Amino acid sequence: MIYLLLYWEFFKTGLFAIGGGLATVPFLQDISTRTGWFTFQELADMIAVSESTPGPIGINMATYVGFRSAGVPGSVIAVLGEITPSIIIILIVAGILHAFRHNKYVERVFYGIRPASTGLIAYACISVMMLCLFKADAFRASGRFADLFSVKNMILFAALVALTNIKKLKKLHPIIFIAASAVIGILFNFAG
Amino acid sequence: MNILVDLFLTFARVGAMTFGGGIAMLPILEREVVDKKGWTTVEELADYYAIGQCTPGIIAVNTATFIGQKQKGATGGIVATLGLVFPSIVIIMVIAAVLSNFAEIPAVQNAFAGIRVCVCALILNAAIKLAKSAIVDVKTFIIFALVLAGMLIFDVSPVVFVVISAIAGLVIKGLEEGR
Repeated sequence: MIYLLLYWEFFKTGLFAIGGGLATVPFLQDISTRTGWFTFQELADMIAVSESTPGPIGINMATYVGFRSAGVPGSVIAVLGEITPSIIIILIVAGILHAFRHNKYVERVFYGIRPASTGLIAYACISVMMLCLFKADAFRASGRFADLFSVKNMILFAALVALTNIKKLKKLHPIIFIAASAVIGILFNFAG
Repeated sequence: MNILVDLFLTFARVGAMTFGGGIAMLPILEREVVDKKGWTTVEELADYYAIGQCTPGIIAVNTATFIGQKQKGATGGIVATLGLVFPSIVIIMVIAAVLSNFAEIPAVQNAFAGIRVCVCALILNAAIKLAKSAIVDVKTFIIFALVLAGMLIFDVSPVVFVVISAIAGLVIKGLEEGR
């Protein structure tokens, strides 16, 4: 029975959470309150793990919550529940889009949407850069201007932007830079 | 290789190499799906992201379903999405079962602090590449700049900007082409 309930709860989360994986958090809190399958503290730990492992955050959290609630089958069922609404809705949208791709009105709509999408991605990019390169909290706490900058992060960021735009290195797979950054993070104690 | 097997394996690779939310998947998608496979273009990725932000569900899943559907219909969409979530399920189950304090291990925290900086740089590159292909004239630049400024100034859902831009596209192109 818990499997059916899990599927249903995550189906609703997938259906109503619009936006990224973190948009699912309020829904997970609600599941916690109503079912008692996991506590708020456990949820906080699950978010931390989901952010520090590969894979989309929303899927990681569904897997974790499903596992805590009902073991291995629980994980699989929670993820399937979460992705079912997306798959159905996108398949319908994609089907319509496919049929009307060359309709002049659809083309006009996308003429406007493409640069807007780029603007949204640029905004997301600026947001992660601010979080990554500046320490607003430390600055507010101490009031010292020098505390505002994550110097180590800034140096690594500048080096990576430079290296990934060199012609010869551009062809390297992004995962190589990610792996190298993980090693640098450990060697230079980036979290500290 | 069978296209369905290829879709599953490719998206499983994308899932395993994405560190963060849907936006962190963009540089990996550009490499694996646009450059290597030629299944979609950077412009289409922009379309999928815009629609993915306005429709329910996780953006990464929405994008995978879109690309899979384009290759092999509904089955393709489902298989690509299952591929994307496969590594997550395996990795999280192992961590949940064995390493309950995974996120507190100092080496993990340090590694991820480094990875976050890298993902940030990769997203910047991906965003610039996208801007080069999506901003084709002065009008599209104005739409881009207004949306970016709007997101920075106002605390409203991205859906609002996508809808307004869609209407702007209809009006601008409609006037140009004389209805």
